[in-house]
Amino acid sequence: MNKSQSPHTLTRRDALARGLAGAAGLLMARPPAMIAPTMGSEAQPALGGKAKSVIQIWAAGGPSHLDTFDPKPEAGNDYCGPLNKPISTNVEGIRISQLFPMLAKQADKFSIIRSMTHGNNGHETVSYLTQTGRRPGDRLVYPCVGAVVSLFKGFDAGYKGMIPPYVVLTETQGRFSEAGFLGPRCQPFATGGDPAQQRFMVEGVTSQGVTDQQQQARRELLRKLDTLGATAKGNPALTAFYESEEQAYDMILGDGAKAFDLSREKPELRTRYGHPTWSETAMLRFGQTCLAARRLVERGVPYITINYGGWDTHTDNFRAMQQKLPELDQGLATLLEDLAERGLLDSTVVWWCGEFGRTPKIDWQAPWNGGRGHFGNVFSAVVAGGGFQGGRVVGASDSRGEEVKDRPVYPCDLLGSIYQQLGIDPDGPLPNPLGQALTVTPAAADGIPMAGRLKEIM
Amino acid sequence: MKNILAVVLPLVLTMGGAVNAGSPVAPFESSSEFRLQGRIDELVLSRLNQLNIAPANSCSDAVFLRRVFLDVTGTLPTPEEARQFLGDNDPDKRRKLVDQLLERDQYVDYWTMKWCDLLRVKSEFPINLWPNAVQAYHRWIRTCIRENLPYDKFAREMLTASGSNFRKPQVNFYRAMQSREPQAVAQAVALTFMGVRPASWPKERWSGMTPFFSQIAYKPTLEWKEEIVLFDQDKAASEEATGTLKAAVFPDGTPARLEPGRDPRAAFADWLITPKNEWFARNMANRVWYWLLGRGIVNPPDDVRPDNPPGNPELLAYLELELVSSGYDLKHLVRLVLNSSTYQRSHISTTEDPKGEENFACYPLRRIEAEVMIDAICQITGTTEQYSSIIPEPFTFMPEAQRAVALADASITSPFLEKFGRSSRDSGLESDRNNRPTASQRLHLLNSSHIRRKFETSPKLQPLLRSNDMKREEVISQLYLTILSRFPTDEELKTLDTYSKTGGRGSSARDLAWALVNCPEFSYRH
Repeated sequence: MNKSQSPHTLTRRDALARGLAGAAGLLMARPPAMIAPTMGSEAQPALGGKAKSVIQIWAAGGPSHLDTFDPKPEAGNDYCGPLNKPISTNVEGIRISQLFPMLAKQADKFSIIRSMTHGNNGHETVSYLTQTGRRPGDRLVYPCVGAVVSLFKGFDAGYKGMIPPYVVLTETQGRFSEAGFLGPRCQPFATGGDPAQQRFMVEGVTSQGVTDQQQQARRELLRKLDTLGATAKGNPALTAFYESEEQAYDMILGDGAKAFDLSREKPELRTRYGHPTWSETAMLRFGQTCLAARRLVERGVPYITINYGGWDTHTDNFRAMQQKLPELDQGLATLLEDLAERGLLDSTVVWWCGEFGRTPKIDWQAPWNGGRGHFGNVFSAVVAGGGFQGGRVVGASDSRGEEVKDRPVYPCDLLGSIYQQLGIDPDGPLPNPLGQALTVTPAAADGIPMAGRLKEIM
Repeated sequence: MKNILAVVLPLVLTMGGAVNAGSPVAPFESSSEFRLQGRIDELVLSRLNQLNIAPANSCSDAVFLRRVFLDVTGTLPTPEEARQFLGDNDPDKRRKLVDQLLERDQYVDYWTMKWCDLLRVKSEFPINLWPNAVQAYHRWIRTCIRENLPYDKFAREMLTASGSNFRKPQVNFYRAMQSREPQAVAQAVALTFMGVRPASWPKERWSGMTPFFSQIAYKPTLEWKEEIVLFDQDKAASEEATGTLKAAVFPDGTPARLEPGRDPRAAFADWLITPKNEWFARNMANRVWYWLLGRGIVNPPDDVRPDNPPGNPELLAYLELELVSSGYDLKHLVRLVLNSSTYQRSHISTTEDPKGEENFACYPLRRIEAEVMIDAICQITGTTEQYSSIIPEPFTFMPEAQRAVALADASITSPFLEKFGRSSRDSGLESDRNNRPTASQRLHLLNSSHIRRKFETSPKLQPLLRSNDMKREEVISQLYLTILSRFPTDEELKTLDTYSKTGGRGSSARDLAWALVNCPEFSYRH
């Protein structure tokens, strides 16, 4: 079978043979007539996208737009508190937070969307909405963007890497199942461990105190003791088991483990990803995680999510910002610079945002003591690389960052743009367990607000 | 129908068209003759004879023991239970074991879990029951399973109940849905109790069924997250509702004459749970079969439609009849299936023709559920797991000895459970649970610190692995009984003998435990 064939042109038989989507059994249980519209003749040819990989920096909890990429010093102390001196960047006219001195030097590499909106303030609802483009409640649980990319760019589309096509550094989100109805086959591989430690111990891949030789010997023992397997040769249930095992050993004994070995990097570079005066691993963690992500991009992993929480700052927002913003500044700026130096930025989309922004007006009263609440009306996102232009600002919020003033961008607009950069047709069919004619991003008929892809920076 | 079969079957069976299964394969098959235990076996064999496929041999006692423990209780037998059963010479010991297991609390926990998957028992996203309602609902379902409440009553309770989600837990049935639109409710009812999916029926049939669920009201109270689900009398008396209710048609095409002032849900429930209903009992009988044999007679069991007919209609009709005539006694049906020779066949197929497995010629290999697997590892090692929920509410802090199978709430979870595809309880489809193996699952069992630590710190295994008093063979047997519920074969002993000569004794026992947990024999029902 031609492995490089685009998933858009899959026939039903091909899809069945490859076990496309975890829910394939169900999908294929439908009569062919019901499958045809989603998988057949209407399929679009693959678009020629520039991007090969995506690094998603998920600021779980919802970072304040005013404190990061949409500063409003003119709105006064009740809106910006102590962060009232935004700095200019290497792109004329773009100001960002005063705690982003390093990002200020890389502003030509990224664009800021200042008019993200969905209007909802519930973490779980909008974590889903922002990463699937869909509203919950229509019986299906959609896969998030990483799972969709791993479906279209993963093993079923000719990906031959040893590392799973969708990696989460380091823990999954837990608010909803990332793979949705696509099932475990499109679930992210969560590394566990801590990249800021001396050795990044990836759960299942690196095993302290067990040598490769011992691993080999054990594997041999396992094979010899597999009495059941010997009686069920060719059984499809077991074939899937052995294939997974083969992949697992490629990671343990093959090159997989090296990808996660940050000690192979030059010490100077590791230092650049974290500030030399920082001694706490907690502060170093985000930068080293960015470095791990870059190593995965080098190995062709199509989708990497960095789950970077701690932004749900209901109380004492500014103390949290004093710690988090320098971390973000150092890690993200170095990542963009490093990718660009290696010629990888053109083929790698980097995007940053949380599920929403935070209330522009600060709550100074106890118990909040300078806190900010959830805010879905308007928030900011950052995109870079992979065909997205840098040094641009898309849309605008009003003078206090409370409403979209100009050019709303809905989550499905942003996601659709990312898919397009990857050569995945956002309007193309998405296989699903009910055999319904679903599309990768919502269609106009789905009743989900949308305002068009980010053509202005593509 | 009974009479016809009685005449035909002996004839068919004596013809015995198909080839034999061959001599039994140790340690999975038994040399005992295949015995027709009853109707189920007759009907399955008759179909296999038509297809000219020979059924597999009977499974060995060891396989039966492990299989029936997993299928009835979702739990492994302890090494003591395994020794006792394997050494027992009572010819009726299988039947006795079935009876015994069906009385265990673990049976209640495990079958409650299956029901909670179907009923979408989950606190948050996309089902929003919230933690305290989940606990109340789970407790109610568990009580029904424990008391073996007749299935028709169980369904009617949920379909017709009104009251507080805390005090009348069965009303949560109507809250455990992604949407409260009457048509979405109707579709959830059809999926749960009739095995019908939204796309399988024409629009008109849904619009006939929807009015039965159009008069439900959800009202908040002053208590945090309390909600009253009720038949809305005022709404039902309105002019608009009178029109809506007139359009009510049962899915079989019978127009409903709904009395004003009476809860239309009751009219629907009464139509549904009659023995004549073509969906209700049949769907349940098929699900029980699917749960025990890994494949529905209509397959998958939640996709009932005219172009997906049962593979063996007589068998399904018989199971349906048994369920109805026993007074909707689910335990009776489970017991009947477990005692059949069909259920007690080995996994070793006599043919490569997929029709064999499709028609229950052998027991299908399938991975054990995430919850069952981690509970088994905890039992083997004597360790515990931590489960938590992201929702900051009471009832989401779990005691240390919590078994995963007994977790009430799909929002209470662990990375292991997510990785191994526990049911998301999103839609109530059987496919919400996904037992398909993945590379990261294999990595986890082969090489993760999580599993390694459980073995290294195991209060149960460490004395065994370090023991100097026990003979090597005893250690090996004990490990086999603990992990695979059987004694090692001679060949396995030989392999281990060779292996131990290349490493130290301590490490070889540890490696053996590791290997046994990583064999498909551990993680697959067989």
